[in-house]
Amino acid sequence: MEHITLLIGIVIVTALVFDFTNGFHDTANAMATTISTGAMKPKAAVAMSAVLNLVGAFLSVEVAKTISSGIIDEGAGIKPEVIFAGLVGAIIWNLLTWLAGLPSSSSHALLGGLIGATLASVGMGAVNGDVVIMKVLIPALAAPLVAGIAATLATRLTYRLARNADEKQTAKGYRAGQITSAALVSLAHGTNDAQKTMGVITLALISGGALGANADPPLWVITSAGVAIALGTYLGGWRIIRTMGKGLTDIRPPQGFAAQTSAAATILASSHIGFSLSTTHVCSGAVMGSGLGRKGGVVRWSTATRMFTGWAMTLPAAGGIAAISAVIADQGDWGVTVVAVLLVVISGGIYLASRREVVDHTNVNDVDPIAPEESGVVAAAMQSVAPPPAQATIPAQLSPEQADSRTAPPADGEPYAESRTQTADAADPKDAEALGAAGPQSAERSVAEEKPQRPAGLLP
Amino acid sequence: MNIDWAALGQVFGVSLLATVALVGIFTLGILGTSGADRTGTAEGGTTHAGGGSTTLARTGAYLCFAVSAAAVAFGIYVIAV
Repeated sequence: MEHITLLIGIVIVTALVFDFTNGFHDTANAMATTISTGAMKPKAAVAMSAVLNLVGAFLSVEVAKTISSGIIDEGAGIKPEVIFAGLVGAIIWNLLTWLAGLPSSSSHALLGGLIGATLASVGMGAVNGDVVIMKVLIPALAAPLVAGIAATLATRLTYRLARNADEKQTAKGYRAGQITSAALVSLAHGTNDAQKTMGVITLALISGGALGANADPPLWVITSAGVAIALGTYLGGWRIIRTMGKGLTDIRPPQGFAAQTSAAATILASSHIGFSLSTTHVCSGAVMGSGLGRKGGVVRWSTATRMFTGWAMTLPAAGGIAAISAVIADQGDWGVTVVAVLLVVISGGIYLASRREVVDHTNVNDVDPIAPEESGVVAAAMQSVAPPPAQATIPAQLSPEQADSRTAPPADGEPYAESRTQTADAADPKDAEALGAAGPQSAERSVAEEKPQRPAGLLP
Repeated sequence: MNIDWAALGQVFGVSLLATVALVGIFTLGILGTSGADRTGTAEGGTTHAGGGSTTLARTGAYLCFAVSAAAVAFGIYVIAV
């Protein structure tokens, strides 16, 4: 401990702050559907998720040896300043997306931050571009599709099986299933994401000489990382919970159960098989899939497009902020101080901006059922700053939908279904397959469905 | 560029099967327990046949819940290892 310099100390604190933002950013993954269907009271839900995140942090001793999954050549000697700058980029991007209520991957923010800082500080040679595509882009496209298709089919199945059952009688069962699946997601999140922070702190300690190479994280690192992520989770990213639980689609208990089970199964399968998918992408995909699976279910593609845009921007944006931070931090002690002060000032500014329209556990479910768009300054800015075509894989595919959903209000059954069928023809083959599978049937169904509004009695 | 399609396909297949199977099994469990209550009240518990099918449904439902619980236990095992 006596070897910890001030710089290493700053890196550790910053890593714990990132861990904290990671916690509240990702509460939605496990608990958004549980909260929006009323399966648990908001406070109880985040409390349970926080405890399970803490437990998850201690559950596994298998520590990620490389924090960047091979994207950055860590052997080349990554400096504490670079880690610090990377963390700053990740934290600021996490806060901005939280302000805009966008679910986005905290892991991608951390990766983007580290990549950007490394590029600025070390140079192109230290970043492996192929691995970026393999570990970031492909999973970002695959995750929502995999979880979404599974959730769509599961939702259809459960509605079909329970079509003659009394909703009041099945509500308790769905509630239990939903809470169990959400608990698994929370546990997995604590294990995966708290370990990332442990990895960062351990790397900083090793680089500063306080720990030997290849050392396991000390107990205080495990404890502090677990506590930071649990506190963040308990605070609850209510803005993101609102988007995920209410903004993407209206979720009913069977859908929540199907979506959360799909998310849990996909996360566990991917981490077990070794093709890691982002928890956030999986959960968002599962929620949208469950929206497509229910008769008369509607996915708000405008919100979804905003979210996809956020995903596409996560890596470059966090990287850009981190690169600037790295250039400043590289100037020496005063540079690190300037970056630290800027981080505090920007975080404070984002917090103040969030107070203008407070979203918390009391009003998280109070959303206008037709137009849930909360248009903050940042949301507007993010829409106006369209990503360059080279990076805009996802938005480019979805832009026809965005255009369509602007002209045809999504809550209206028939025009919406038509616009989706057209889109399915126009979009790329993979997308068309996923959409086309649901398209024509939903068209008939939404016409058949007389009352798309949720009856108030459904919420227990 | 080397995309691990095999792993991706595996993730897709396993996720899809596990999700659909578990949701299906658990839904059957829910139906078994809730359906049992309904049969009981509708028939007033007077006929033997009604009682028998209720027991069967309950047993089946508990079996479904047991399978689901085993899946959750396996999930925790996967997280921990």
